[in-house]
Amino acid sequence: MESVARSQSATGPGSPASTARPLIYRQSRWTRLTHWLWAISLFFMLLSGLQIFNARPQLYIGKQSGFGYNNTIFEIGAENTSAGTRGYTEIFGHRFDTTGALGWSGPAGNETARGFPSWATIPSYYDLGTARVIHFFFAWILTTTLIVWFVASLVNGHIRRDLAPRLDDLKRLPQDIIDHAKLKFHHTREYNTLQKMAYGGVLFVLLPLMIITGLAMSPSMNSVLPFLNDLLGGRQTARTIHFTVMLLLVGFFIIHILMILAAGPINELRSIITGWYRTDPPAHDDKTPERSA
Amino acid sequence: MAKFEISRRRFLTAASLGASGIMLSGCDAFDSQLSIGSGLRSFLENANGLTYRAQRLLAGRDALAPEFTEADIRQPQRPNGVTSPDDDDYKALLANNFADWRLEVSGLVEKPLSLSREQLMNMPSRTQITRHDCVEGWSCIAKWTGTPLSLLLDQAVVKPQARYVMFHCLDTIDRSLSGDVKYYGTIDLIDARHPQTILAYGLNGKPLPVENGAPLRVRVERQLGYKMPKYLYKIELVDGFADVGGGRGGYWEDNGYDWYGGI
Repeated sequence: MESVARSQSATGPGSPASTARPLIYRQSRWTRLTHWLWAISLFFMLLSGLQIFNARPQLYIGKQSGFGYNNTIFEIGAENTSAGTRGYTEIFGHRFDTTGALGWSGPAGNETARGFPSWATIPSYYDLGTARVIHFFFAWILTTTLIVWFVASLVNGHIRRDLAPRLDDLKRLPQDIIDHAKLKFHHTREYNTLQKMAYGGVLFVLLPLMIITGLAMSPSMNSVLPFLNDLLGGRQTARTIHFTVMLLLVGFFIIHILMILAAGPINELRSIITGWYRTDPPAHDDKTPERSA
Repeated sequence: MAKFEISRRRFLTAASLGASGIMLSGCDAFDSQLSIGSGLRSFLENANGLTYRAQRLLAGRDALAPEFTEADIRQPQRPNGVTSPDDDDYKALLANNFADWRLEVSGLVEKPLSLSREQLMNMPSRTQITRHDCVEGWSCIAKWTGTPLSLLLDQAVVKPQARYVMFHCLDTIDRSLSGDVKYYGTIDLIDARHPQTILAYGLNGKPLPVENGAPLRVRVERQLGYKMPKYLYKIELVDGFADVGGGRGGYWEDNGYDWYGGI
């Protein structure tokens, strides 16, 4: 609270300290707590999920997996060639040599055939049963966290105030894209348009889709929600969507980390740990000082 | 402009440092705490109990697994696990087309049964086109014909203290120092009495082939494939499975799979 008082007194218009950067309380305890629970859950779910995928490193479209016919759209494998065993990844019939990373990897001279490499899976060795134990434990954590976040953010106004799209956001979008491309960041109380799209997309589209496609793969849930797989295009399509959403979440994570590094990691981390965020000096005229990372 | 140049360089340095940190993290850090029986592993396994209770609550006793049409049968049922038992007693039974094979129903029952294949096939049957989901991730749709397990349980009259149905199989799945391990598994009485739980002797309109579990295999349509033992010869009603195998309720369970395979 002390810091708030200090920053408020320092930001009065015309005061000599008007170029100071006020510290504001930006992230509620619910946002911070759920953020870190997601971070931990998604870490373990990703690595155990890649292990589960390794048990059947193929993706199909439809109700079932084609053995007597071909509905495989993605495959990681190993094959013997004149140049020794090579790992490959095949996407929609296009084959890429991914030796060392996908299909055939491990310490030099001790490579093994595995979809995703040892460093990307939990456990590091092949163990489907253990990966499932980890995956489903964190599935409960992730889902509970999402529900808690949703209720808390409805109640405390986080969704309405910070995430709900406004007409203004659309108008600001082109400038926002240019600013991000130039790594020019504005540190304000509000999320910018791209942030709203990214966070909203993860929280309202990707994570729910992940949970739904996860449930659609459960034979017992199929008896409770038989329409789910019909809606998704079959259990194997649901599995393929589950995998694709994983890729999108990994993509989000990479961009998220890069943006934090670019926008000022200390300030960004402080806000998601303590809630306090240092904003740009308030603008008094049109000559807002440009601020880059 | 100069300012932008510097910030981009700093940005790229920081980004590559971050990326290499992720690459180097490695995932063997958790290996030692994940073996069966370790504290962390046992704690994480509680989630399976929660899943079991939640799904039983949602699905109840009789919610049916989706059934499909003839048009969905697009390929032979993919065999998995043991597909050709090397056991002498099995091979002897196979040699005369299972004429000497009997299905025993024993344990916590009032009237133990011993049924020939013919007797089983003369009982009312159920045919269902269902999707087999393997724990590995693949699925295969096929038509199964067999005797509802609930009919056998009724005939044998299950004692009130019975809680699980244990399946004993003829196929050796593993060889250990203490001898050959034949496949075994358990399900609860809710799944055992589920209308789609059948002891299948027919597959896609033909007698069940050896690779898919001849003469008899279990279908538990709301669970994964490892819960559906093949090469069945004995059904035992038990009140627990602590003293069977590794005590976790099945061959794969003793090797790390969850007992409840509904997810």
